[in-house]
Amino acid sequence: MKLRRVSPGIVATAAVMVAVGLGVPLVVDQFQLLQLTVFASMCILALSLGVVWGYGGILCFGQSAFFGLGAYTYAVTAVNLAESTLAILLSIVVPAVFAALLGYFMFYGRLSDVYLGVITLSVTLIFFNLMNSTAGDAYRIGTARLNGFNGMPSLPTFNVPGNPGRLLDPTETFYLVMALLLSVYVGLHALLASHFGRVVVAVRENETRCELLGYDVRLHKLLVFTLGGAIAGLAGSLFANWGAFVSPNVFSLSTTSQIIIWVIVGGLGTLVGPIIGCVLMQYLATELGTQQLANTSLMFGIIFLAFVLLVPRGIVPSLGVVRARLSAVRARPPA
Amino acid sequence: MTEPILQTVGLSIRFGGVEAVRGVNLCLAERELRCLIGPNGAGKSTLFKLLTGQLQPTAGRILFHGEDITGDHTHAIARRGIGIKTQVPNLFDSLTVRDHLWLAARRTNSRPRADAITDEIIERVGLGAIAGGMVGRLSHGLRQWVELGTVLAGNPELILLDEPAAGMTHDEVARTAELVREINRTHALIVVEHDMQFVRMIARTVTVMHQGAVLVEDTMDQILKNSAVRDIYLGKHGGA
Ligand SMILES: Nc1ncnc2c1ncn2[C@@H]1O[C@H](COP(=O)(O)OP(=O)(O)OP(=O)(O)O)[C@@H](O)[C@H]1O
Ligand SMILES: [Mg+2]
Repeated sequence: MKLRRVSPGIVATAAVMVAVGLGVPLVVDQFQLLQLTVFASMCILALSLGVVWGYGGILCFGQSAFFGLGAYTYAVTAVNLAESTLAILLSIVVPAVFAALLGYFMFYGRLSDVYLGVITLSVTLIFFNLMNSTAGDAYRIGTARLNGFNGMPSLPTFNVPGNPGRLLDPTETFYLVMALLLSVYVGLHALLASHFGRVVVAVRENETRCELLGYDVRLHKLLVFTLGGAIAGLAGSLFANWGAFVSPNVFSLSTTSQIIIWVIVGGLGTLVGPIIGCVLMQYLATELGTQQLANTSLMFGIIFLAFVLLVPRGIVPSLGVVRARLSAVRARPPA
Repeated sequence: MTEPILQTVGLSIRFGGVEAVRGVNLCLAERELRCLIGPNGAGKSTLFKLLTGQLQPTAGRILFHGEDITGDHTHAIARRGIGIKTQVPNLFDSLTVRDHLWLAARRTNSRPRADAITDEIIERVGLGAIAGGMVGRLSHGLRQWVELGTVLAGNPELILLDEPAAGMTHDEVARTAELVREINRTHALIVVEHDMQFVRMIARTVTVMHQGAVLVEDTMDQILKNSAVRDIYLGKHGGA
């Protein structure tokens, strides 16, 4: 049997993550460290849609539903327990279960791609409206008040497992988030290289052929969709922990469209693409936000349009094409 | 007589006003090679879609090894051991030839075994030159072979081939015929084909469909002499 080689691109990306994770806290100030922490958390969110859409071929316009659900699950559990370990776990499990139920309805009901987009988008907007209307004392889960559009402030942040008194400081939180990002990135690549992952890609390419070879297309879509929900939920808990705050905005149209833009800008069908797209766009949003030069939403809209029209495949796949052309030119014998 | 591998009883499907398949009773023995011919629109491909669960019959039953598989899901039928090369090849365009064979083999085999089967099929179908290439870029003739190889890698007991020689040169047709005969040593096959030279190279029993129904079933020689068959083909396939 042939040794299966790990692609150099994956090794390089993982190495960059390790270097950033270990090196950055030494050279940046507290403010920048917090910025990078939320960037990395959002990269995990970008990966969740990157695998569902880019590899599973499932057009999900409502990835924020699972992100928000994870954030709220974390908030409610952490407030009630005053301990973060179980809250983090539940922030993965609850969105995953929800994604599984929603996915079962969509895939086993054989809904077409367009409806998938519409339904997932509707679901996140329903959550948005639902959470917005939870103002008042009546809306509480245990001791946690949901607070409607004002959101839930002063959430307990991450503590050392089993030791609620020992909270993680910003540097430790950054290490944790980077370690999670690395694990999700490497884990997803390992999964995609497995039999299951290769079938997922095959399903994206041709559902009929998969069925004719004996693979259950619905099941594979359901599983990858559920996995995406779980990863988005994890990102949600990281986000809630980052600001010690969560509001219905996590479910908003602007949140869900941002995730889509990250993936489109970075490139569908790669994992490093959504990460690059996410970091780039967030950096841009922060810069635009601080300089007040232009309206951020407007700029995002323009960038989105520019990419759809000019670089429809996204940065990373386009770089791949350029590289292939260059090496073809180099390989050509001199005339 | 042993139990047939495949049997259909009064199999029918109606699309609005058109009955594309009408009361088809088909009986296929183990390791039989059956040719299925008929003019355009006779219902051959539709019959294959019924057999593989891609369409549900409006009447009738399908038995595989005596078990009723009517209404089963496509993937469940494939798991029982029916494989198909469709008329318009169904392939994974951004994957390589090797990926196709591996995915087909891997469903029922361990990873090393699937690797070995992949190499074996590449050799057997003669896909070596294109094994690492993306399938989306291949010609129709090569796509036919890739799909044939993919079906073989899954090793289904019954193989359905819908126009396997379409888009091939004369030499390629001859090679495909040879391959079909070789496959038939271990597998049952139903082959749909318009190319009469190809049919003549492989045929034993031939079933002729016309307007959704089975017109006649006989040996190739008798079919060629049959006046009803000649009538339905006249004009279109006068050479048959
Ligand atoms: N999904 C469908 N809806 C409506 N009519 C259909 C459908 N599929 C097939 N038909 C009709 O059923 C009839 C049989 O079509 P089929 O494709 O099975 O013919 P065929 O024998 O395979 O012909 P060919 O040799 O041209 O491939 C045709 O009249 C076709 O128009
Ligand atoms: Mg046909």
